[in-house]
Amino acid sequence: MADSRLQIEKPERKERGPVWDVFRRLSKRITAMMGLVIVVVFLLSALFAPLLAPHDPYEHSLADKLATPSWDYPLGRDELGRCILSRIIYGARISLLIGLIVISIGIFVGVPIGVVSAYFGGKVDFIVQRFVDTMLAFPGILLALLLIAMLGVGLHNVMIAVGISTIPIYARLARSSVLAIKSRQFVEAARSIGSSHLRIILQHLIPNSLSPIIVQSTLHMATAILWAAGLGFLGLGVSPPTAEWGAMLNGGRLYIRVAYHVATFPGLMIFVTVLGFNLLGDGLRDALDPRLKT
Amino acid sequence: MGILLQVRDLKTYFYTDAGVVKAVDGVSYDLKEGETLGLVGESGCGKSVSALSILRLIANPPGKIVGGEIFFEGKDLLKISEKEIRNIRGNHIAMIFQEPMTSLNPVLTIGLQIGEALELHRNMNKKEAREEILRLLRMVGIPDPERRIGDYPHQFSGGMRQRVMIAMALSCNPKLLIADEPTTAVDVTIQAQLLEVVKELTSRLGTAVMLITHNLGVVARHVNRMAVMYAGRIVEQGPAAEVYAHPQHPYTIGLLASVPRLDKPRKERLVPIDGQPPNLILLPPGCSFMPRCSYRMEICSKERPELRPVGDGHFTACWANMER
Amino acid sequence: MANDILIEIKNLSMYFPMTKGIIRQQKIAEVKAVDGVNFFIRKGETLGLVGESGCGKTTLGRCLLQLIRPTSGEVYFEGVDLCTMASDHLRSIRQRMQIIFQDPFDSLDPRMTAGEIVAEPLRVHTRIRGRELREKIAELLKIVGLDPSMKDRYPHQFSGGQRQRLGIARALAIRPSFIVCDEPISALDVSIQAQIINLLEDLQGEFDLTYLFIAHDLSVVRHISHRVAVMYLGKIVEVANRDALYRVAKHPYTIALLSAVPIPDPIVEASRERIILRGEIPSPIALPPGCNFHPRCPIGVEICQKEIPSPREIEEGHWVACHLA
Repeated sequence: MADSRLQIEKPERKERGPVWDVFRRLSKRITAMMGLVIVVVFLLSALFAPLLAPHDPYEHSLADKLATPSWDYPLGRDELGRCILSRIIYGARISLLIGLIVISIGIFVGVPIGVVSAYFGGKVDFIVQRFVDTMLAFPGILLALLLIAMLGVGLHNVMIAVGISTIPIYARLARSSVLAIKSRQFVEAARSIGSSHLRIILQHLIPNSLSPIIVQSTLHMATAILWAAGLGFLGLGVSPPTAEWGAMLNGGRLYIRVAYHVATFPGLMIFVTVLGFNLLGDGLRDALDPRLKT
Repeated sequence: MGILLQVRDLKTYFYTDAGVVKAVDGVSYDLKEGETLGLVGESGCGKSVSALSILRLIANPPGKIVGGEIFFEGKDLLKISEKEIRNIRGNHIAMIFQEPMTSLNPVLTIGLQIGEALELHRNMNKKEAREEILRLLRMVGIPDPERRIGDYPHQFSGGMRQRVMIAMALSCNPKLLIADEPTTAVDVTIQAQLLEVVKELTSRLGTAVMLITHNLGVVARHVNRMAVMYAGRIVEQGPAAEVYAHPQHPYTIGLLASVPRLDKPRKERLVPIDGQPPNLILLPPGCSFMPRCSYRMEICSKERPELRPVGDGHFTACWANMER
Repeated sequence: MANDILIEIKNLSMYFPMTKGIIRQQKIAEVKAVDGVNFFIRKGETLGLVGESGCGKTTLGRCLLQLIRPTSGEVYFEGVDLCTMASDHLRSIRQRMQIIFQDPFDSLDPRMTAGEIVAEPLRVHTRIRGRELREKIAELLKIVGLDPSMKDRYPHQFSGGQRQRLGIARALAIRPSFIVCDEPISALDVSIQAQIINLLEDLQGEFDLTYLFIAHDLSVVRHISHRVAVMYLGKIVEVANRDALYRVAKHPYTIALLSAVPIPDPIVEASRERIILRGEIPSPIALPPGCNFHPRCPIGVEICQKEIPSPREIEEGHWVACHLA
């Protein structure tokens, strides 16, 4: 064969694809790893709550109300004598659920809006973006309260409200990354091959615009947990017996002088989890930075 | 002529996530006053890094000059204080870059930008500076300098911007001009213009020039001596005429053979250099060029060849003896 | 003309409007990137297209493939006009015409593996899947000189030259008959350029390919092309057989361009005369009247400032657009 083919050579170094690559870079940052550990612990406790919780979170015993931490009840008991540790572990499920649903609404509605807007450009883009501007100008908390007023108090409505308020953020984000990617040659290459719009969007544009969306959704997890806790604290979230961190915080608030632990531990959990997601998000932002890829 | 710049065993490494990149790994060369030296090599061979190291412009982290000496007019530039090196930069050693747009400040007029250096290094007042700027712009061939002095960088074309950069670089009568791929971003017809301007002005002002390029043609016309770099080291060095006529390193030989030439009859087939550019993190022991070399012998994979004389001022770092 | 012509373009123009306002767009100017271009390419030949940046050569290549729909003119591919063809019909024509891009770092999707990149055209145009597809990928990688075991690696794990080989494999996947090579080697290291040129030449012989080879490096264009077209500010100023163009160039722009190419030999360079063109390329928004080249032309006369020279055939197959040639 001609000498232009005498090129065949073996890989110099074994590599394991982009996910492993990101993890490798992430592992070099102490704060990001701390975030990752917190997030993993949070996820595990949410997933395996029934296995991890030492007691039934709804089993109450008024005789032991506000009991201080002990060997059997490491974080003590609340105003109805329920195990605070178990409630916190179960509360993680609610937080995770809220976070996931809120982000899913944001991503599944916002990202397609942004991608289509950027990909087709021109007038489509102009109209969609003015719509997004309008949504951005509307305060999220007001939207949430409005929905709750219209549809009634409840976890579902909180999630929908918060989710809707994140849509324009994802739309913006997706739009700006698609705008950058759209002009790259591999997109033109896909067109020259004869790929359809749908294929170009699904195969090339979305996978390449995921990095900022992943970072944003990690950070949004933190925000969503705070929102849920905030609305729960105001009594607009879950209905009473459900273990939810914001509601627990509110419940414990009245006893803060006599039983510090009832409000402190849920508060601490909110703080640590939010911090964890933020640290992980910042770490991911650095690790996913394409400029680092050499 | 006296020796202006002496680089001895310069080593600049970059510490990256993937490993240590030995961008410059033991480079030595001299530059005489008024001489033009060509530093030739492909992207990643360390030619730019070695030039930036002279002015200590390596971003740290990730880069670090880990060893060597750089004597400029008798002073070791790697040992002097930050204040002293700032005085050397621009004033005694000036630099022009490949992309003039990124090295000019987009929100200042070019008059202000050239004037800044004059006021800083040559203690001129505003009026003297203005006269000098006009003289410089005229010198590099910018038409209608009185009008253009108040223009912003984006109002100039690529070639004109590079002329502004040349004017700025020469404003303090530096002893040495480092030109890092000055014509790579412009077209051939503009490239010819720019190189003539640099050549004409520096020979008139007696400025020594270090011309960094990957284009063997550019070097042939404009330099007295040249050094060919590969994987962070100089593999061949000598008077330009001598190196072109009798290349001694297989890499130089390969490069010269692989480019089609307009002055020669068309060849049926080009003779490429096999293989891929080296991975600077995983260099083979022995000679870095060995995996791509058609002259390789057993010793090449074991011991790294050092530069050895093969003619008058002509050195090569290769174990093989080439015919002359 | 003879029916060995694969592609013929007639009076092709691409004007980009510069507009103001978003809802009610007003046209304030036009960039004449390609302006009334005519040429043809024979089956199995390579037409070199040279010119400086901004002369419209890249836009011309895109218009030819209908990646940009031209403002006016005709592009005949095997006798069929592509410019009047509907978009979905064009998609099937894309199997026959491909493009190799300049920047091997930007033209491969960083999130796809080498195998997926090469397979994409086959997925779009054929029903080949599964084992057959994997065999096909391996064959294509081998054809361009890459180890098939590298199919699971990502683009950033390849060197520039290897990436360009991947780009070539992708273009070849659906067995096109025509390929636009848009500066395929100018982003590569000098020592790699010759490898890619040789590969393109080998593939041309093996698969009976026709190339439009766009470049700014005249020595490379001479090596690879059978005929060469020189472009300046949206217009073709000279077309000739390779040897004729390099021996007896007629247009003053071609002559200046040839003299500006540096030659890697100090002795030759010392004795060479270089025609240094005055000034810079004018903006394609405000073209000079008459011949586009007259403000920089070393031999221009009065008529050049008034009348646009039309191309004349001064010898068989040698066309020049100059009043003085």
